[in-house]
Amino acid sequence: MTAFLQLLFQGVALGCIYALVALGFTVVYRASKVINFAQGSLLLVGAYLVSFLATDLNLPFVAAVVGAIALLATGGAVFQMTVLRRMLGQPVFVLVMITIGLSIVIDSSIPAIFGGNARILGDPWGASAVHVGGVTLNWVRIWTVVCTGLILALYFAFDRFSRYGLAMRATAADEEAALAVGVPVRRVYALTWAIAGGVAAVGGLFLAGFPSSVNPSLGDVALRAFPAIILGGLDSPPGAVVGGITIGIVEVMSSGYAPGWLGNDFSSVAPYVVMILVLLSRPYGLFGTRPVERV
Amino acid sequence: MSMHTSHRRRFGVTSAGLLGLAVLAIVLPFGLNAGQLTTATFVLIAAIGALGLNVLTGYTGQISLGHAFFLAVGAYTAGVLGGNDHLTALIWLPAAGVVAALCGALVGPTALRLRGLYLAIVTIGLVFIGQHIWFNVPAISGGPGGRSFPAVAFGPFDFSAGQQLTIGGLVIDHNGLYYYLALIILAAAMLFVWNLVRGRPGRAMQAVRDREIAAAIMGVDLARTKMSAFVISSFLTGVSGALYASYLSFATPGQWSVLLSVQYVAAIIVGGIGTVWGALLGSIVIFALPAVLQSLIPQSSSGGLPIDDLTSIAYGVLIIVFFVLEPHGIVGLGRRVASLWSRIGLRPGKGGGLSQEAQSIENRSEATWAG
Repeated sequence: MTAFLQLLFQGVALGCIYALVALGFTVVYRASKVINFAQGSLLLVGAYLVSFLATDLNLPFVAAVVGAIALLATGGAVFQMTVLRRMLGQPVFVLVMITIGLSIVIDSSIPAIFGGNARILGDPWGASAVHVGGVTLNWVRIWTVVCTGLILALYFAFDRFSRYGLAMRATAADEEAALAVGVPVRRVYALTWAIAGGVAAVGGLFLAGFPSSVNPSLGDVALRAFPAIILGGLDSPPGAVVGGITIGIVEVMSSGYAPGWLGNDFSSVAPYVVMILVLLSRPYGLFGTRPVERV
Repeated sequence: MSMHTSHRRRFGVTSAGLLGLAVLAIVLPFGLNAGQLTTATFVLIAAIGALGLNVLTGYTGQISLGHAFFLAVGAYTAGVLGGNDHLTALIWLPAAGVVAALCGALVGPTALRLRGLYLAIVTIGLVFIGQHIWFNVPAISGGPGGRSFPAVAFGPFDFSAGQQLTIGGLVIDHNGLYYYLALIILAAAMLFVWNLVRGRPGRAMQAVRDREIAAAIMGVDLARTKMSAFVISSFLTGVSGALYASYLSFATPGQWSVLLSVQYVAAIIVGGIGTVWGALLGSIVIFALPAVLQSLIPQSSSGGLPIDDLTSIAYGVLIIVFFVLEPHGIVGLGRRVASLWSRIGLRPGKGGGLSQEAQSIENRSEATWAG
């Protein structure tokens, strides 16, 4: 039972990171129908920014985190305003290709600038943990869960109660109608990229925490988060959270319980197996909207 | 009467152009050094796979990021039949296509349930599940360390490194042999796809891409059309994968990654989605560019940065710049050149036709990616 609880806790913590990644995807997708293939690269930048600010510039850790969030959110918005904004009205797949180009640039810039070796994050937690009835709760995982919960609460409050949240929902529902009633759609697009950047900074920071480190392969997590966004439904932020945590638990549980004949490292494909099974019965995910088609 | 002559003249221009292109493709190896010839060969091999992807994604509208999986299936079929069982290339090369096509037939039915980006991400899952199998079944893939692949050899032809063929004083080395083999297969595949998309099955595919429900109402058999698109696409991809691995002679499971799939998607988008030539044009850009960049950046001027990273950065920047400046890909670029030509009176009427094509590409893309 303790083994089960231990895995459950780790699964939830991992799932929180997936939820943050998935939230970054869905926020951009909902507004502009663009799958942002650079989301994993933004996470990578987030982890390196925190590490750089905290260890090279010796800032207090909290300041480093806030700084990284601000920088990455600004970076996301600036990229949207300078590059993607020119592409308004162009086919969506062209924008998707541009995000792929961005991810190639970022993924090769990071090792070019910081070198290929792992760096330390500069976080105050390290491997420290509390033990509750035989279950080891690492501080970094506890903070992952707490911060993810806070960020999700903030996001959903923003989405539900603020003017710009309303604008985001209006744009998602119908871009043309939103433009017609005076919603600043261009600013909404920039805002979604800022949110994607800010969320990625937090996701990247926790991803690089114990037992991992700050290294150039961190961005790969975005590919593992795809089952999470699909499971929940591409255009549903609550779905991103449910999908993320489910996938995190599935991955960690299968690393603990998968029988040997399934091969080494089955846990890394288990999320995809679950995703395919769910999609075959619910083709638009658990919470995705089934589009109405006109012929 | 005048229309008839103009049509005949244009037909003459097209066939003269094709002939010129064929001659150029045949003499090209003699003007390239070994490194450039290797790149050109990889481009032709990749173009066969890109053509397969264009049948599935470009003509039928089923977005697939699972191309790396089908390439791997083709490659490992070649490895097992040619390397383990020592069969001739006349068997393992077609078999690579057939086995990949069978896998395509197994995956195809999911496309009946899933649309657009949902299908794209499920096919990413295919790549991961495939990689899991490659890493864990050494009998097929040699395990994480990789395996060697057989060189093409049949009858008097031996394509292994170090071998060469002499025809009337002309010496064609190992790279050249692969180049011509890939060229012949690519030309045959292009001819096949060209005919396919102009016939009944091809029209059904394009109807499914443009408006799936409307196509079904008009009597297009969705299941059959999507399945045949998957099967044809996977066959070409499997052959491409087998050639690729055979030319590489060694491959590890890690090579069949999502990034490889992404490169194929990039190739058909750059070249022109839903066009026969797009697969080749796009493959030239996507698969030759890294090698070209590598040769352009002098080793000394890299300022301490690793040369590989610098090449990748330039590659990514070029992709962004290309799409920002020319969202319609090379087809759009061709349209601009053509309209420039027609403005200075060289080729009347050509610009209008192309712009219509680009227009329809723009319309269909909406249906393709927005799902």
